[in-house]
Amino acid sequence: MSSTSTAFAPTHRGLRGSARGRRADPLFRAMLVLAASSVLLILAAMIVRTSIEASPVFASEGIFGFVTGQEWSVGTSRSEVTGTYGAFPFIYGTLKISFIAILLAVPTSIGIALFTNEVAPAWLRKPLIYTIDTLAMVPSVVYALVGLYFFRVVFWGPMGELVAGSPLGEATTFFGPPVLLASYWSAANILTIMILPIITAICRDVFAQVPADERNAAFAMGATRWEVMSRVIVPQSFSGIVGGTMLGLGRALGETLAVAVLIGSSQRWAPQLFFGGDSMTAVIANTFADAHPEAVWALLAIGVTLFFITMSVNIAARLIVARVNRRVGGSVVA
Amino acid sequence: MSIGTTTRTEADDLEPRSLLEVTSNARRRERISRIMSVVMFGCVMAAVVPLVLLLWQVVSNGATAFGWEFITRIEPLSYRDRGGGYLHGIVGTLYMTGIATLLAVPLGIAAAVYLSERPNGRYASVVRFFTDVMTGVPSIFVGLAVYALLVSGSGGFGLGFGTLAGATSLAIIMLPIVVRSSEEMLRLVPADLRAASYGLGAREWQTTLRVTLPAAAPGLTTGAILAVARGAGETAPLILTALGARQVVTSLTGAPQSDIGLLMLDGFTQPFDAGIERAWAGGLTLILITLLLSIGARIVASRRQI
Repeated sequence: MSSTSTAFAPTHRGLRGSARGRRADPLFRAMLVLAASSVLLILAAMIVRTSIEASPVFASEGIFGFVTGQEWSVGTSRSEVTGTYGAFPFIYGTLKISFIAILLAVPTSIGIALFTNEVAPAWLRKPLIYTIDTLAMVPSVVYALVGLYFFRVVFWGPMGELVAGSPLGEATTFFGPPVLLASYWSAANILTIMILPIITAICRDVFAQVPADERNAAFAMGATRWEVMSRVIVPQSFSGIVGGTMLGLGRALGETLAVAVLIGSSQRWAPQLFFGGDSMTAVIANTFADAHPEAVWALLAIGVTLFFITMSVNIAARLIVARVNRRVGGSVVA
Repeated sequence: MSIGTTTRTEADDLEPRSLLEVTSNARRRERISRIMSVVMFGCVMAAVVPLVLLLWQVVSNGATAFGWEFITRIEPLSYRDRGGGYLHGIVGTLYMTGIATLLAVPLGIAAAVYLSERPNGRYASVVRFFTDVMTGVPSIFVGLAVYALLVSGSGGFGLGFGTLAGATSLAIIMLPIVVRSSEEMLRLVPADLRAASYGLGAREWQTTLRVTLPAAAPGLTTGAILAVARGAGETAPLILTALGARQVVTSLTGAPQSDIGLLMLDGFTQPFDAGIERAWAGGLTLILITLLLSIGARIVASRRQI
């Protein structure tokens, strides 16, 4: 640090005390407190302002009516609420694609994390981690583009046709035809790819925190590698996996562009998987540019609803992850 | 916990058995273990194959329109016309990301200094928790909130769509990432270093600015670059705050600003080949920007000494 100091008297100019330094300290501390508080202030300002802007719509529909109403017909007024605003089709679409994405992503993520930590040879681990992390670096709009022109045409569409044409598709409405390219299924698939790296990263960290003694004890008793993974590592990490899943769910609920382009923007919410629908984020992104002031309030109301849904999911996730961290020490989420 | 090994007693089996003899049960369990390894490898492929396909698609489709002209010219007025490029979008993205960095990085590092110096303080834990929560706020909600706070005239500041509003929304998205990564890095600075500084009579602000921060500098840079990469790739909030423009915009407020992502969205939702080709090239540009930033972050991280 101070290579210029002699054995007896510190002469580093930068570290010498002075009256100025003494007065500066309380000021410096106040600045740090202010900076830390800025996070809370920004969060509070965002919630308060959007809620105030959205309040006319909530007042006219009622919060319950807004969340459960099925008709969304936009008015053109500049000063009052004249349209009917029921956000249920959007909430339904958001929840549907997010849960399908979670169902697909969680087992895959656990598999990737176990493979990286336990099966892969040491030289392969770092490249694998980098590769999976790169998935998280790809911008959402690029996922939208590639999903629109490549993935849904080459994979998801044909997969949907296959399932809808099979006995499963004939027996159930959910998997039944028609198969559209812009559908809940396409949106759920792109979400799966996008949340994989988040859930994988957390699983990898919690798996690595399982005490080596317990793994070694299981091996010493003659357990195979799979038995150690499935009966020691995964059960030990259960709450961490739940936390990671919730974080992935939070990300899936809030993902915008890829979903907006792929879900089909159909207001008729359908029980089928391969049919078009709409989600909360998609309707905001797709209709904002030509919305009348009244419709902007309604979009803000959707935004506030989305915020509170993701917030509850995230708070639950953070509490779970924090508890795991306290139990085993160290930090998980970057 | 049962592992499935069967215990043999002498009553079952009077003949002495060799450890080298493998029972059929053990062989079965070993086979399951091997099959599951293959299944897990399949999971890895389920993530790696889409990534490879995605990069291949972006590179092969983007190469058509990408080139010197693409980064030095603006788009022609019609999506049918070939040629031209995303200069206005690149300028907008770099401009807004740059301002967002200036807003978010100093503030975030200052907040991180506060958090790292009070690991167990009650207020610090509250801030830390809500910073984590803020990481999960949907980016489109940040866009809506900045619209309501800064852009909209009724109750907001009424700045209108533009560079500053767009940059603010990006900064809000980057802030929690900077805070949490910086805090991790600052905590790695050995307490001895700080104690030595205090021992020499340094004040708190001197210790922080001249000892702690320089010692943690590479780590802080890594976190900041990753946050910048995240901000540069973000498009959703800009729909509501920057709005998009068809020419190079240099003013901070008053005029809607362009962005690579917004131009791509306009281009690929139109049914014209030339516009779609430019959108692919735009995607290639964005990927290059974010990947170069993340590689830069890794290089800086590898120089870390603490």
